[in-house]
Amino acid sequence: MEHPTSEIKILTMAEMAAQGKEPEILFWVGCAGSFDERAQKITRDICKILNHVGIGFAVLGTEESCTGDPAKRAGNEFLFQMQAMVNIQVLNGYNIKKIVTGCPHCFNTIRNEYPGLGGNYEVIHHSQLIQQLINEGKLKTEGGESFKGKRITYHDPCYLGRGNNVYEAPRKALEVLDADLVEMKRCRSNGLCCGAGGGQMFKEPEKGNKDINIERMEDILESKATVVAAACPFCMTMLRDGVKHFEKEQEIQVLDIAEITARANGL
Amino acid sequence: MIGQIIFIIILAAAVYLFSKNAGKIRRNILLGRDTNRSDHRAERWKIMAKVALGQSKMVKRPFAAVMHFFIYVGFVIINVEVLEIMIDGIFGSHRVFSKPLGSLYGLLIGGFEVLAVMVLIACVTFLARRNIVHLKRFTGVEMTSWPKSDANYILIIEILLMTAFLTMNAADHKLQLLNFGHYIKAGDFPVSAFIGPLLPDNTAALEIIERTCWWFHIIGILAFLNYLPYSKHFHILLAFPNTWYSNLNPKGEFTNMDSVTNEVKAMLDPSFVPETTAEPARFGVKDVTDLTWKNLMEAYTCTECGRCTSVCPANQTGKLLSPRKIMMDTRDRVTEMGNNLDKHGKEYKDDKSLLDNYITREELWACTTCNACVDACPVNINPLEIITGMRRYIVMEESQAPASLNNMFGNVENNGAPWKYSQADRLNWKENS
Repeated sequence: MEHPTSEIKILTMAEMAAQGKEPEILFWVGCAGSFDERAQKITRDICKILNHVGIGFAVLGTEESCTGDPAKRAGNEFLFQMQAMVNIQVLNGYNIKKIVTGCPHCFNTIRNEYPGLGGNYEVIHHSQLIQQLINEGKLKTEGGESFKGKRITYHDPCYLGRGNNVYEAPRKALEVLDADLVEMKRCRSNGLCCGAGGGQMFKEPEKGNKDINIERMEDILESKATVVAAACPFCMTMLRDGVKHFEKEQEIQVLDIAEITARANGL
Repeated sequence: MIGQIIFIIILAAAVYLFSKNAGKIRRNILLGRDTNRSDHRAERWKIMAKVALGQSKMVKRPFAAVMHFFIYVGFVIINVEVLEIMIDGIFGSHRVFSKPLGSLYGLLIGGFEVLAVMVLIACVTFLARRNIVHLKRFTGVEMTSWPKSDANYILIIEILLMTAFLTMNAADHKLQLLNFGHYIKAGDFPVSAFIGPLLPDNTAALEIIERTCWWFHIIGILAFLNYLPYSKHFHILLAFPNTWYSNLNPKGEFTNMDSVTNEVKAMLDPSFVPETTAEPARFGVKDVTDLTWKNLMEAYTCTECGRCTSVCPANQTGKLLSPRKIMMDTRDRVTEMGNNLDKHGKEYKDDKSLLDNYITREELWACTTCNACVDACPVNINPLEIITGMRRYIVMEESQAPASLNNMFGNVENNGAPWKYSQADRLNWKENS
C-alpha cells in the first residue's frame, strides 16, 4: 500500500524562492520521472526518502526541461546545447549548488556535460544519496517490508556504471536488506545494456535476431532472482517489457533502488 | 668481412624502409583534426604504465591474458638478445655480451630460451584458437580473408623466429662442447640442449646450421619489422602512445562541440561575439579527416582482437554494428586517403567517404552508447566517439535521422521532454498516486 505523497510537502523552487528559502538539495526529477507512470512511483518514493530523513529539498516543476541527453546521444548536439543552456540559466538563477537526480542519464549529463557550458553543481544519483544516508545511519531499514532471504539481483545502468564508475552505491542499498543477493554473469563493468540507451528508447531497434532486453532477461532468469533492482527509468521499462515477454510477472518483480529502500523503511 | 658488409646493408635498408612506412602512418594520423591530449602528464604516464606496460585490461579474459603475456614478455626481453645479434653482425664478433656479463650471460641466455618456449606454446595455442577451435570472437563480417591471414602470418612468423633462435643455440652449444673454432663456452642452454642430439655431429654441418639460423633469425626480425606497418601487429608500438593519450574524462561524458556552443550562444544572445571566427568545415563526421588525430591513432592501434564486438549488446543480438569494424573501416579509409595523397597529390579527392562507403547508417543507429566496447578495449580505443561523430553529421548536416528520432527531437524542442507531454503537466506526478 502506498501512502499518498500529498502528505509530503513538495515545494517547487519558485515557491521556495517566494518564501525566501533555499533547499539543501534540488531534486532533478527528469522526464521519465515526471511523465512515465511507472517512473512517477519512483519519483514519489525518492521524495518520501528525502522527507523521511528530513532533507530540505525542492523540485523545479514546470521550470524543469529535458537535459538534452537523448538528443546528444542521437547526434543532435545543437538541440542538446539549447536545452543545456536554458536549464543552466534556470539552475544558476536559483543559485543551485547540489542536485540529486532520479535518472542516470540526467545525472551523467548535468554532472559531466553541463560544467563546460557554465553549469557547475555537485550532482549525485539517488542511489548515492541512499548509500550516504545508510552510511550516516539516517536510513535504518526498519519498520517496513522485509526482503530477508529474497533473491535479489542488480542490473547496472550503463550511465551509472561504466559511464561514471558508480557500482557500489546501489549495491550498498541492497546489502542492508539481509536478502539473498546474487550477481548476474554479466555485471558491473561487464554489465549488459538494457537496450534503451543512445536514443534507442525512442526508436525501433535495428534489424537483428533478438531484442537486447530479451538477451538481458536471459541473464536475469539464469540468476533465479525474484527481484530485479534497477536504478534507471529506461532500464525499468526495458526490464519490465522483458519480464512480460517471458510471462514472468508473477515470479519476478522489477523495482528501483529507491522503491526497495522506501518499502524496507515502511515509507 | 663480407658478412659484416651484407649485414650492415640489410640493416640499413630495413631501418630506412620501416621509417618511411611508419612516417606514412604518422602522416595519415595527422590528417585528423587537432585535439588536446597532453594535459595531466603524470596521470597519463600512470595509465600507460598500467594499461600498456602492465597489460591491466587484458586480465578480463585470463587465459588469453596469460598466453599474450608470454608473447609480450618474450618479445620485449628477447630483444636484449637481438641487440647482441646486431652488434655481432656489425662488428663480426660472436656472442659479444658473454665476456662482460660473465655468469649473468648464462642466466640470460637460459632465460631467453625458456621465454622462447613459452612464446612457442602461446603462438601454437593462438593458431589453434583461430583455425581449429574457431573462437567466435575471431569471426564476423569484418574478419575477411586479409585480417584472418594477417593474424596467422604474425603467429607463424613468430614460431619460425623462435624455432630458428633455439636451433641456432643448439648448434652453437654443440660446437661449444666440441671446442670448435670461435665458439667459446658461453650461455646456458636449458632448452636447446635437448635439440642438440637431433643435429648432426659433423662440425662443418653444425656451423652451417648455426650460421643459417643466425641469418634467418635476424633477417626474419627485420622483415617482420617491415611487415608491421601493413599489419594489425603495429599495436606493439602504438599501444604505448595510444594509452598515454587516453581520454581522462568519465566514459559517460561526450564532448561538447565548441562550434555548436558558439551558434547556440549567438542564438540565445544576439550580442554574443564568438571568440574564434574560424568556422568548422562541417558539423560531425562524414570522413576520416573530420575525426581527431586520436581517433585515427586508435584505428592504427587496433589489433582486431574483437573484445569490443564480443561485448557489444547490438552485435550480440544480431545487429549489423561491430565496434571492431568501425575501427578497421576507419583505418582502411585513412590508409586509402594516404595512398591517394602519395599517388595523386594534395588536390586529389576521390568520391568516397567513411560514411556510406565504409560504415553504413544501419550500423550507426544500432548503437546504444553503452560504452561496453570502450571499457573492453585492452588499449583504450574508443569506437563510440566515431559512432557519435557520424550520428552528428547525419543529424545536423543532413537532417537524415530516423523518423522516430526526429519525433523525439521535436518533442524535446517543443515541450521539453522526449515524449509528447505538455510542459505544464510536469508536476502531475505529485498528485497521481
